[in-house]
Amino acid sequence: MFNYRESVAWNDIPLVSMDALCSFAVERCRRNWRLLALFGVPSPSGTEVVCLLADASARLLDAVRALPGRAYDSMTPQCPQAHLFERELFETWGIRPEGHPWLKPVRFRPAEGGKRNARPGPGQADYYRVEGAEVHEVAVGPVHAGVIEPGHFRFQCYGENVMHLEIELGFQHRDAEHLVLTSPARLVLPIMENMAGDTAIGHATAYCTVVERLSGVKVTDRAHILRRLALELERLANHTRDLGAIGGDTGFLPTSAWNGRITGDFLNITSELCGSRFGRNLLCPGGVKWDLDAELCRSLAKRLRAAYRDARGSVDVMLESSSVLARLTGTGRVSFEDARALGLVGMAARSCGVAVDARMDWPLCDLDNGTLHKRMRTTGDVLARTLLRSDELNDSAASAEADLMQLGFSSGEEACRVSVPEAMPASRLAVAQVEGWRGEVCHVGITGKDGSWLAYKVIDPSFHNWFALAMALRGEQISDFPLCNKSFNLSYCGHDL
Amino acid sequence: MNAWLYVAEFILALALAPLASGIINRVKAKFAGRHGKPLLQLYYDIFKLLFKGEVLGEGTTWVFSAGPVIAMISSVAALALLPLGGAASPLAFQGDFILCAYLLGMGRFATVLAALDTGSPFEGMGASREALLGALGEPVLFLALLALITTAESLGVPRELSLSTLFNGFSPLAWLNGRPELIMLVFVMGVLLLVENCRIPVDDPTTHLELTMIHEVMVLDHSGPNMAFVQYGSAVKLWLFSSLLTGLVLPVMPVWAHTLSSILGVFVCAAAVGVIESVMARLRMHVVPALVGLAGSVAAFVLILTLVR
Repeated sequence: MFNYRESVAWNDIPLVSMDALCSFAVERCRRNWRLLALFGVPSPSGTEVVCLLADASARLLDAVRALPGRAYDSMTPQCPQAHLFERELFETWGIRPEGHPWLKPVRFRPAEGGKRNARPGPGQADYYRVEGAEVHEVAVGPVHAGVIEPGHFRFQCYGENVMHLEIELGFQHRDAEHLVLTSPARLVLPIMENMAGDTAIGHATAYCTVVERLSGVKVTDRAHILRRLALELERLANHTRDLGAIGGDTGFLPTSAWNGRITGDFLNITSELCGSRFGRNLLCPGGVKWDLDAELCRSLAKRLRAAYRDARGSVDVMLESSSVLARLTGTGRVSFEDARALGLVGMAARSCGVAVDARMDWPLCDLDNGTLHKRMRTTGDVLARTLLRSDELNDSAASAEADLMQLGFSSGEEACRVSVPEAMPASRLAVAQVEGWRGEVCHVGITGKDGSWLAYKVIDPSFHNWFALAMALRGEQISDFPLCNKSFNLSYCGHDL
Repeated sequence: MNAWLYVAEFILALALAPLASGIINRVKAKFAGRHGKPLLQLYYDIFKLLFKGEVLGEGTTWVFSAGPVIAMISSVAALALLPLGGAASPLAFQGDFILCAYLLGMGRFATVLAALDTGSPFEGMGASREALLGALGEPVLFLALLALITTAESLGVPRELSLSTLFNGFSPLAWLNGRPELIMLVFVMGVLLLVENCRIPVDDPTTHLELTMIHEVMVLDHSGPNMAFVQYGSAVKLWLFSSLLTGLVLPVMPVWAHTLSSILGVFVCAAAVGVIESVMARLRMHVVPALVGLAGSVAAFVLILTLVR
C-alpha cells in the first residue's frame, strides 16, 4: 500500500500469480475498495498485468502485478467493475479472461494501419439479442442526427419498453495512450488535452500531477488555486450546457436557449486565463503557464458573478416548471447497488448515493476545499442528476469566485510555476485522480529503466459510466433514451481514447 | 353567390395556411430570446422542396410515394367541409362531420402505411405511436361533436346538422341560451389540436431525436416534392383544427368581420400553441394517453350535462 501523492518503485510492487491478483482484487472490492485500473505493461518475460486499487476512506492505493500468460479465470463474475478492463486486456494484449460474461472488443481499429494488435473493424461484433415474434430491435448510430460523436446503440424492445440496451463504442479510437509513449515531449500535453475535448483541464491536471508525483516536485499554492479555478470553470461551463441540453430534450425551450449563451460566458472567462476557451495550453508540469494580475482577477470575478446569476435564474425557471419536473422524476433510474458494483464515478455515482468525489477523497493539495462539498442525491434518476448539477453550479461558482479574490489579493507574492527536472526517475509508478466535471479522471504513469514512459494509462470517467446508461434504460421507455443519455452526457472519445 | 364566397374563403385559407407555422416559430423564438426564422419560412421551404429531386429508399414501393399526396389531399378535402369565414360549405350535408373525421383518418392511415413501407425501425415506432394517438383522439372528437349535436337538437336548430351549422356561430349562441357547459369544449378542441398536430406537450416537432418523435419520425425518409406535400398537409391540418376551435368561439357576424376575425382567430391559436410550446416541457410518452383521456372525460361530462336537461 502507498500514499496516493507519492510514486512507488516498480520493483516494490509485488509480483504474484494471476489468480492471486484476481482474488486480491475481488476481496478488496468486497471491502469497499475501488478498482482503479487494470492494464497490461510490456516486459521482457511477456505482458505484465497491473492492478490498482483505491481505498478512499484511508486515502491509500494498492498495486499488484502478475504475469498471466495467454489466459486466466475472469474476475468479472465476482467483481463486475472489472468487466471493461478485462475486455480491454483481451483486446489489447490478447490475454483471454476465461468465463467473462460478454467478451468482445471495446474499441475498433482506426481505418488505416493498426499499430499494435489487429483489432476487428467497426461494427464487426456480436450483439446481444432477445428472441421472440413480438420483440423488435432498434439500432441507432454510429452516425447520428445531431452533431455528436459516433456511438452505436442497440435496443431490444417489447413495444415501447426497452428490455436491454447494448452500447457499442470505440469508433474513434486514436490509440492515444500509445501516442503518449511515441510522441515528442512537446506534443504530449496537447494529446492529454484532447483525450476528451470537454475535459481538457481535467486531463491536463491529471497528467501534470502524474509527472510531478513521479519527479517529486511540489507545486506552489498559487498554481494549485489557478488549477482549481480552471477546473471549476470547466465544471461551470459543462454543467450549464448540460442543464440547457436537458431542458432541450424535454422540449423546454427557454432554459435550453439561454444556457447556450451562458455557457459561452463561462468559456470566455476560461479563455481569459490562457487564450483558449477550453483551457488548452494553460497547465504544464510544475504549475500553470499564465498568471493572473489583480485587476484581471477583479474583472473576471465580476463577469463570473454575472454569468452565475444568469445561469442560476435560467436553471431555476426550468426547475420550477412542474411539467419539466414531471418529465425528469423517476426517469432512467440507476440503483445504489448497481452504481457501487459497476464502480461508477463522479456525478453519475453521487446521484445514486455513492459518495465518491476525488476533490474531497483524493485532494491534490493541502488547501481548504472552501465551498466545495460532496453533493449527493439518492434517487439515481434523471432528476437526481439534474439537481446535482444545479447544486454543483452553486458550489463551483462560489469556489471560483473565492479563488479569483484570493489570487487577486496575493498577486505577485508567489510564482505559479516551478521547474520540473527534464528526466523522470527510472522504474517508478505514479497515479493521479482528478475530479473532472464528469467524474474522476485517473492517469497512471510508469517509467522505464531510462526514465521515459514505459506505459501510460488513461481512464476517463466515461469508461466506467457508459454501462450505467445501459442499466438506466432497463425497463424504461425507448422514447426516454435521449433524455437519459443527456443526463449522463458521457464522452465518446474519452472512452475510445 | 354563397358558393363563390366560400371558394374565395377556401383559397384564402389554403394560401395562408403555411403562415400559421411561421407564427408559432416566431413566438417560440421570442420566448427563447432569439430573432427567429422569417415568418414566411415555410413558404420558402415548400417552394424549394417542390423543385428538388427525390431520394427513394431501395425497399420502398408506390405506397411510400403515395402517402404524402393522399395525406395532403385528405386534409384539403376535410377543410372543404368546414365553414370558413362565416360562409357555409357548399358541400355541407347532414352528418358531414363523420366524413371529415374519416378523411383525416384516411390521411393518417396513408402516412402510417408509407412509414411502414420503409421498413425502418424508427418509422415503425412512429407509426405505432401515431396509430395509438389517432385511436385515442377519435372518440374524443366524436364525444365533443355529440355534445354539440344534442344541444342543437334540444335547442331546435332548423337546419341540417353539419359542420357548417355546428361550427358557425352556433356554440356562442348556445352559451347564452342556458348551455354554458359547451364552453368546456374549447378545452377539448384545444387538446385535440395539440394531439392531432403533434405539438408539445404531446410531441416535439423541432427535436432531432428520432427515438422520441411521433409524427416527424414517420416522414424522415421523404424528400423533395413529397416532403413539400407533407409539410403543406400538416399546415392545412393545423389550419383545420384552429378553424374548428375558432368556429366554437366566434359568434355570428357580418361576412367581412367574420372572415377577418376567423383568420385572426387561427393566428391567435397558432400564437397560443407557440406559448404552450415555450413554457411547457413534453409529457413522457406513456402519460400522453392520460392527457387525451382527460379531454375525453371533459367531453363526456359536457355530453352528460347536455343530456340530463
